[in-house]
Amino acid sequence: MELFRSHILVCGGTGCTSSGSTQLLERFEKLLEQNKLTKEIKLVHTGCFGLCEAGPVVIVYPEGAFYSRVALEDVDEIVSEHLVKGRIVSRLLYHGSVSEDNTVKALDDIDFYQKQKRVALRNCGVIDPENIDEYIAFDGYKALCKALTEMTPENVIDTIKKSGLRGRGGGGFPTGLKWEFSAKQPRGPEYQKYVCCNADEGDPGAFMDRSVLEGDPHAVLEAMAIAGYAIGASQGYIYVRAEYPIAVRRLEIAIRQAREYGLLGEHIFGTDFSFDIGVRLGAGAFVCGEETALMNSIQGHRGEPWPRPPFPAVRGLFGKPTVLNNVETYANVCQIILNGADWFAAMGTEKSKGTKVFALGGKINNTGLVEVPMGTTLREIIYDIGGGIPGGKAFKAVQTGGPSGGCLPTHMLDTPVDYDNLIAAGSMMGSGGMIVMDEDNCMVDIARFFLDFTVDESCGKCTPCRIGTRRMLEILNRICDGKGEDGDLERLENLASNIKATALCGLGQTAPNPVLSTIKQFRNEYEAHIYEKRCPAGICKKLLSYLIDPAKCKGCTLCARVCPTGAISGKVKEAHLIDQKKCIKCGACMEKCKFGAISKK
Amino acid sequence: MKSLADLEAIRQRTLDKVNLRREHEGTRVVVGMATCGIAAGARPVLLAFMEEVNKRKLLNVTVAQTGCIGMCRLEPMVEITLPGEEKVTYVRVTPEKVARIVEEHVVNGRPVLEYVIGAEGKA
Repeated sequence: MELFRSHILVCGGTGCTSSGSTQLLERFEKLLEQNKLTKEIKLVHTGCFGLCEAGPVVIVYPEGAFYSRVALEDVDEIVSEHLVKGRIVSRLLYHGSVSEDNTVKALDDIDFYQKQKRVALRNCGVIDPENIDEYIAFDGYKALCKALTEMTPENVIDTIKKSGLRGRGGGGFPTGLKWEFSAKQPRGPEYQKYVCCNADEGDPGAFMDRSVLEGDPHAVLEAMAIAGYAIGASQGYIYVRAEYPIAVRRLEIAIRQAREYGLLGEHIFGTDFSFDIGVRLGAGAFVCGEETALMNSIQGHRGEPWPRPPFPAVRGLFGKPTVLNNVETYANVCQIILNGADWFAAMGTEKSKGTKVFALGGKINNTGLVEVPMGTTLREIIYDIGGGIPGGKAFKAVQTGGPSGGCLPTHMLDTPVDYDNLIAAGSMMGSGGMIVMDEDNCMVDIARFFLDFTVDESCGKCTPCRIGTRRMLEILNRICDGKGEDGDLERLENLASNIKATALCGLGQTAPNPVLSTIKQFRNEYEAHIYEKRCPAGICKKLLSYLIDPAKCKGCTLCARVCPTGAISGKVKEAHLIDQKKCIKCGACMEKCKFGAISKK
Repeated sequence: MKSLADLEAIRQRTLDKVNLRREHEGTRVVVGMATCGIAAGARPVLLAFMEEVNKRKLLNVTVAQTGCIGMCRLEPMVEITLPGEEKVTYVRVTPEKVARIVEEHVVNGRPVLEYVIGAEGKA
């Protein structure tokens, strides 16, 4: 055995990789070599720690020193001070990780982590995802062994059912029930069944599945094998988007290592159960996150949904019974098998058990991934964990559920988050994206943004989605351009209810939600756009005009010089004037003015 | 891989390597490694501790380093804290003394009194 006195964990998630963590890793390697520390100190490339805002993140054990926003030059200091001399470089520590008495807090005591409960993310940022042994050291593949050697397929399904686990991809369908439907189809070598994993995470702002795949790929493989055993399938497919290159690479490494150990393949753990997994890459169509479109795509067809029923549990991939679950759902399965249904059911609310991972984004201090028990309030997530809104701005709304969800305003901040509460509030859980908006966000513009996304991503197979959402977008564009008419809101609501009722798949059925929920919660903003031709948040450009206050203008000519369209006129030392016809509302003049004479209204 | 025992073998083998990252209440061996400590020869002492802990497969022991403790003339200094006990500080530690400290103190819980602070000069 080799003993290391210290471990350096460098985050290898997508967030930190894009802020340069790979270079940090190389620099550490080089400096450890130079200082002859390679035998004493272990360098580990891990998955995401969740606090992406503070990336790139480096953690040094045994102290648990949490270094944030580490620059390449800082590596030299960490090596020479911390690793050689044992002095923690406090200037680089994450600000929340230092207590008032200047001692370093343990990682779990940092505000960001303290209220979290990491089940699905338990190994992310802890193990080296490219090393199966580390996964096994943290109880990996024990659940599979337990299921295969001590439990019948019925036991497995019962356990999952009793745990109350519901689909984490958004729909919230009980996972155990889904497995049971497939399991009831004829079983045996002559009956092919499939287990699929939906890793086509497409909601803008959601990245929890990516983090699980990057940080703990074996957890998904193991859970899929357990599902295969439960329903009687011998083949699994992971459908992952090609835009996640790190996740794809780690999955492939993980599958190869699992095969080498015989944890995938023939006669796993010496039983009659055989199971293998293949990776299929998605080409980036949002609709392929819909289960039937996803299966079409795996089959090599166009990513278009097909009508249900029959449901995939009965007739799915290649016409065979198929269980399709989301990455995060699978990430919970092994823990449930190991710790029991009661352990899992003890967390969460009455109808939503366990924890949920949320991707915090938008106007929030701690952008990143958080995992909390179901029933945690929005306020706790946004303020206590997320650190609130930057720049002292006022909270306006939080968007949950991505393009299928809705916006929840201030008075709903104390809503405990679970599947049913969010639906009752006019939004939905979705995959767990949480986009926070402050007073500077225009709700009409937000609705337009999401609808623009779904219009782009509509596959075009059914008319309500293909044409209906486009008509809605046209109306929203008109409203934002100051050409809204009386009756537009009613037209939007009418179109929305028809689309929801008649679209073929989840994409179309939920596409109107952002519009409906913003109309419901922020009707006054819509009315200001339509009747007063005014954008209260100052976002919709066509409704704005930039004005120069003649009393404040000193006639320095700076604004006239930066104006790209020559819309500003005036003589030196005299008040200037903006020609509203020429102005393109770029705001360059306002930025440059030293006297605060220019305002937008 | 045919059984739980195979899996357990890999788990045990790897546990040693990831042990540092798990929460545990164990014995801490802390070597003073500021400039003074390093100049007095703390690095060979640190390495000797690691080797000894390694050899005896003491899973519950972390070997770490710290900065200057303040009595540079007594370096290399090593602090050992057993769970639930007061810290014991060894001074002028050499690699040769390490095996005995580990055996008597870390393993058997009896500090090597002749090496601890305050005892120097008397021995």
